[in-house]
Amino acid sequence: MSETTSTSKTYPLGLSEHGFQYVKIWGLLLGLLVVSVVGPMIGIRWLTLVTAFGIAFVKAFIVATRFMHINLERKFVTYMVAGMLAFMLVMVAGISPDVLKHEGHHWVNKAANDAVDRGEKEGAAHAGEHEGAAEKPEAPAAEHH
Amino acid sequence: MSSNSESLGHLPIDAMSTAAGEATKTDTHGHSHDAHGGHGEHHEEQNFFLKYFWSTDHKIIGMQYLFTGMLMALVGGFTVYVFRMQIAFPGISVPGWGRVTPANYDGLITTHGSVMIFWVAMPVLIAALGNYLIPLMIGCDDMVFPRLNRLSYQIFAISILVLGASFLVKGGAFGGAWTSYPPLSAKAEYNLTPQGAPLWLLAVALEFVAFLLGGINFVTTVMNSRAPGMKMFDVPMVVWMIVIASILFMASVGPLVAGAVMLLFDQTVGTHFFDPNKGGDPILWQHLFWFFGHPEVYVVLLPATGIVAEIITVFSRKKLFAYKTVLYTAVGTGVLSFFVWAHHQFIAGIDPRMANIFSLTTLLISIPVAEMMFVFIATLYGGSIRLTVPMLWALAFIGEFLIGGVTGIFLGASGADIYFHDTYFVIAHFHYTFFPIAFISVFAAVTYWFPKMFGKMMNETFGKLHFWGTIIPFNFIFIPLFLLGVRGDHRRIFDYSRFPDLMKPGMPELRVLATLSLVTLLAFQAIFLLNFFYSLFKGKKADRNPWLANTLEWQTPSPPPHGNFPEGLPTVYRGPYEYSHPDRAQDYWPQNEKAAS
Amino acid sequence: MIRPIATTREATGIPTGRLAVWWVIASEIVIFGGLLGSYLMHRLGHPEWAYQSVHTNTAAGAFNTFVLLTSSLFAVLAHDAAEHKDGKKAAKYLMITCLGGLTFLCVKGAEWTHEIREGFTLTSNTFWSFYYTAAGLHGIHVIAGMIIMLFVAADAAKGKELQRVENIGIYWHFVDLVWIFLFPLLYIAK
Ligand code: HEM
Ligand SMILES: [Cu+2]
Repeated sequence: MSETTSTSKTYPLGLSEHGFQYVKIWGLLLGLLVVSVVGPMIGIRWLTLVTAFGIAFVKAFIVATRFMHINLERKFVTYMVAGMLAFMLVMVAGISPDVLKHEGHHWVNKAANDAVDRGEKEGAAHAGEHEGAAEKPEAPAAEHH
Repeated sequence: MSSNSESLGHLPIDAMSTAAGEATKTDTHGHSHDAHGGHGEHHEEQNFFLKYFWSTDHKIIGMQYLFTGMLMALVGGFTVYVFRMQIAFPGISVPGWGRVTPANYDGLITTHGSVMIFWVAMPVLIAALGNYLIPLMIGCDDMVFPRLNRLSYQIFAISILVLGASFLVKGGAFGGAWTSYPPLSAKAEYNLTPQGAPLWLLAVALEFVAFLLGGINFVTTVMNSRAPGMKMFDVPMVVWMIVIASILFMASVGPLVAGAVMLLFDQTVGTHFFDPNKGGDPILWQHLFWFFGHPEVYVVLLPATGIVAEIITVFSRKKLFAYKTVLYTAVGTGVLSFFVWAHHQFIAGIDPRMANIFSLTTLLISIPVAEMMFVFIATLYGGSIRLTVPMLWALAFIGEFLIGGVTGIFLGASGADIYFHDTYFVIAHFHYTFFPIAFISVFAAVTYWFPKMFGKMMNETFGKLHFWGTIIPFNFIFIPLFLLGVRGDHRRIFDYSRFPDLMKPGMPELRVLATLSLVTLLAFQAIFLLNFFYSLFKGKKADRNPWLANTLEWQTPSPPPHGNFPEGLPTVYRGPYEYSHPDRAQDYWPQNEKAAS
Repeated sequence: MIRPIATTREATGIPTGRLAVWWVIASEIVIFGGLLGSYLMHRLGHPEWAYQSVHTNTAAGAFNTFVLLTSSLFAVLAHDAAEHKDGKKAAKYLMITCLGGLTFLCVKGAEWTHEIREGFTLTSNTFWSFYYTAAGLHGIHVIAGMIIMLFVAADAAKGKELQRVENIGIYWHFVDLVWIFLFPLLYIAK
């Protein structure tokens, strides 16, 4: 895609100029990976969300632009990908009120609530058996309580 | 298809002489097991199998889809005949089938619905016409990925075999309706078809794969391989519509593919994705299904409107009214069709607040659809209309589809739908949309492009007889069903005689009327088949452009040889609908004709 | 077989093969989108799944992320080599990419074996059903990508069809991208 501007400069490992760039980007991605693993270990909820999912988006952006070169491609490709993602948002937005939520306007999803209770009880009982893994891990969906 | 290779022998097989002008690249594999290795008619031993089953020529593949679709239409027609007989005359021994058991009944209805949508409407409207028309209409020699194209058909053919196999296994064919709602579809102890259910799902999934491959091919071809000079707004409407439909399909089917994998696991390995007792959620399937299902109705609708646009312009000798508006409307409808899906679930237990939103969007989407119909009527206005057979079909499409669209608005209002849902009103609604799409527009297309495809003219008298013999019974089937629906007649009932509420005076009679009309309609299809095959072999020879049309496919011999344009690939100078141009003596102006200047 | 003229045209300015890859990716986005969306909705609605997700092996997931990122690096280096018309080098890098895919699959295999031994199977709970289904679907894409890559590499080594090196690379990056999201969804969000 991008034309190679051959300069006389040499890069380590016999890499080309672009190749060297790619290696640097890879280093950056690995750094982000480390952050996304270490961040949640601290155990602060918002930090977990930011490091785990925020960084996933950053990594995705870097891969899409620097490796897939979507930004150098005709604009329409970006629109197409963005369009598909938007449809997925529409889908989740339309389904969540019925599936994510277990109660709403004049209705309760009793089966789902029962499943949650059952799971909580079993989980707690089970966690009690193995001490060590005893503490209940933090649920990402605390909003439900 | 006949095995008489001689009479079909003048079909597209010709030397690959069209490469002139543009560079061709040779594929890495030097050998060619390609069906039309460029030997013309001299090679009598040109293997029939290779020629018609292993071909990569888009025209042959289009015809494979067409003939397969026609065959499947017979299957769909036969199944509806059997279960409609059971509905009208409960317990009767149906000629050609025998007594219908409840399991038969469910299997037949499911097969009818699935076959008509996935194995008739889709392959004929999108795959057959798309394959046949796209390269010809945009002025290139083939699809961009001919072998992928062949693979797409082969996967499609396998999907049919899988579906067929589901009739032979223990428990018989799946009977959980084309919508396949769990838990009925997920648990063998409910649906009693332990093998039929997963086979049905597998068949549908394979069909999706076939159409994804095909769709990618269509879209890429139209984007990249248009004739020099053909700008965005010079592309014939039917090509646009097929492209938009392919994209809609691609964008909507993904979640259902994921859902199908989940359902398959529920059926076969015992996961609980859709099992409410184990923390799953059956409503999720309904959402995933209709998130695909509603765009899918536009996937088939758009190509049908494209066909109508081509035909009414040619036979009213007028420019298409508001080309760009139609195009933008189609795109807009496509996008909007992702916002209405839950109107199929108003009584499924979805949140009433969401139901309000989906009611609103459903009412909204009828605006662009209605607009498109108005555009067609405006195109007809003041034209010099020729009532040829394809034109009759195109006009009938507009009239009949309007009824379907208008009744959709009743169903879109969630309050009214609570009553209408699961009655025959819904059945009548979507048949007033689907029948015009899958049959009326297809008959329009086949009668219109037949001369191009086979180099022969179809018989007009038979054509008109078939037209009236189809349209009149069609209305006599579905108007009674509307009336029944309004009276609360439930769908999915095996034996109405056991439900006194559904046997009130007049109701059984309406059912009988609908069934007899159906039998009449089916009988009249024999005329079409007769006309089709008679014309194929004995019809009057067609010249290049019997309808005096502008689009590129008519500017090359009928049928076009391999490579499509023996005089060299065309260059385009104007839009597709320049009929009755004031500066010209002739009332048409082919897209590839240089201006005299 | 002669390639049709149609294939060599390029009205959009994007070569046909690459354009098709983008459409493939578009259609894959919605497949994974549907699955992950369904998972996400369930996950947020079922806090009790946290008792299940503690048992996924974060270290293995992180290592596999590292492996895929590295394989992506080699895919893009292969593309660079192909742009310099160095088919041999491109092929070599593609093989290393494949090796990355293989490593990924081996780690997955070991992980799954362990989890199944522990009693966490496809059917034991809907969390695990999603876990195996999502990772399995992704794994199938890894395998498919590797197979195609081997063919492309074989051609590239002979200096043929070098444009395909980039195309398969784009696909591979996409597979990597999916994993970038699967990793936090299945491993980090405990
Ligand atoms: C303006 C246009 C349309 C509107 C407003 C509309 C609205 C609706 C609504 C609200 C339903 C749900 C009824 C129920 O299940 O209770 C429905 C059902 C249906 N519609 Fe339409 N529709 C329109 C056009 C179409 C078109 C073009 C097609 C097909 C090509 C179509 C096919 C269907 C099908 C198949 C169903 C039945 C689903 C089932 O229960 O199995 N509709 N329509
Ligand atoms: Cu709908």
